[in-house]
Amino acid sequence: MAPRELSEIQTAVAAVCLLLAPLAAAGLTLTNAGLGRLRNAAHAMMAALCAIAAAACAYFVLGRSIQGETGAAAHVLMLGGKPWDWLGAMPLFFGGPGADLAGWIGLVGASLAALIPPGSGADRWRLAAVSVSSAILGGLTFPLFAHWTWGGGWLAQLGYRDPGGAGVIHAVGGLTGLAITWIVGPRRGKYGSGMPMAIPGHNAVFVLFGCLLSLVGWLGLNAAGSVIFGGAEAATLPRIAVNTVLSAAAAALATAAVTRYKYTKPDATLTANGWTAGLVASSAVCASVPPAAALLIGLIAGGSVTFTVELLDLRLEIDDPGGSISVHALGGLWGIVALGLFGHGNLLAQVVGVATLAGFILPFAWGVNALMNLRLRQRVAVEGEHQGMDLYELGAGAYPEVVTHDDHTRQDSID
Amino acid sequence: MPMKIAGFGLLLAGWLLVLAALVLLPGGLARNAFAAAGLGVEAVGLVLAVRAHRMPDRK
Repeated sequence: MAPRELSEIQTAVAAVCLLLAPLAAAGLTLTNAGLGRLRNAAHAMMAALCAIAAAACAYFVLGRSIQGETGAAAHVLMLGGKPWDWLGAMPLFFGGPGADLAGWIGLVGASLAALIPPGSGADRWRLAAVSVSSAILGGLTFPLFAHWTWGGGWLAQLGYRDPGGAGVIHAVGGLTGLAITWIVGPRRGKYGSGMPMAIPGHNAVFVLFGCLLSLVGWLGLNAAGSVIFGGAEAATLPRIAVNTVLSAAAAALATAAVTRYKYTKPDATLTANGWTAGLVASSAVCASVPPAAALLIGLIAGGSVTFTVELLDLRLEIDDPGGSISVHALGGLWGIVALGLFGHGNLLAQVVGVATLAGFILPFAWGVNALMNLRLRQRVAVEGEHQGMDLYELGAGAYPEVVTHDDHTRQDSID
Repeated sequence: MPMKIAGFGLLLAGWLLVLAALVLLPGGLARNAFAAAGLGVEAVGLVLAVRAHRMPDRK
């Protein structure tokens, strides 16, 4: 497969759009911090910084080499008389073509993917463990799937498409988040006897503002991905932007309506999750479907968020404070399938992509993190959870003028 | 832990079945059915992994 040649205009457009992409990271970080507890707010922001830093460095060292590029050196297996491209083999440390557009979007994608698991492990995942796990994600897990999808690997050869990274970035990050929740377990007191305890986020303004910031970042990322990996022309950008906005808007309205129906009032943080799920689903389909289909895809993504959050939280006892599994993993998987259903894509290839994410990426992410947990404990000590991660791991809280109570104090006052 | 490992093993086995369908079968109904069977095995693996996660709480 020959590498895709971009015109000068396409290169300029992709570069400008990529400059907006870090706003998606800023938005996700704010959303995750707002959904966590007050006494862990600084830790959540610090964890996001460390996750981005570790993933970016690991991607520089190893990830870019594994991700590779269409037409570049790769490890190919002959199976059934056909070549199967499994692994990129470009030089380490951004060698080969150097820092090109594919490397830049890969760096952004690895950083974004690494931001997703801290939302799942919020309030109990140690900073050191976040950093090492993010390095594994940015240097190994993400680039592997990115090679299969974006680097001309075997999935791309089958006809699998995902220009904005619904699978590469979000499903990979979300499934790693699921593995992390299984390894660190639920927050203390979440599941005792009877109904699971609701632990609401501490700042709905952060959460909702994070959504608005994310939209700008997503517009850039979806447009850049569509140009770099889909060969979209500059004239296609308005449709990509319209589809991205419509998908998020429909998803937010659907979640607000569902929560209004179920709980008598619309739920702000779940609506924010719905908005983000719509953005995630749009990443796969933004360049390939008509606006009406983008609206429908967003409606389904947002409408299902409330139910999947409840299913995971109440029935499956998966404590995911940031809603990352429902939003990023399930939203991403839905986007991949939706491209096959609505975007004239190869449905079998898209389903094989979903099967690969669930059947390989999830066990792989769990395996490496479980092995890491044997040497470097991922969950904070009991006193850390009682005291709050800010004080325990950072030595200072995010809001020094606000008095917080640890769990012991609160229990004493209740007694 | 053994149940969780079995769950992840089934997830992996289901994925390998899907790959085998793509490699061994030329196309059409047989390939799709084989791939669907692989997805079914993955679903069983996921259920097992989820149940393994809930079991320590029950104890």
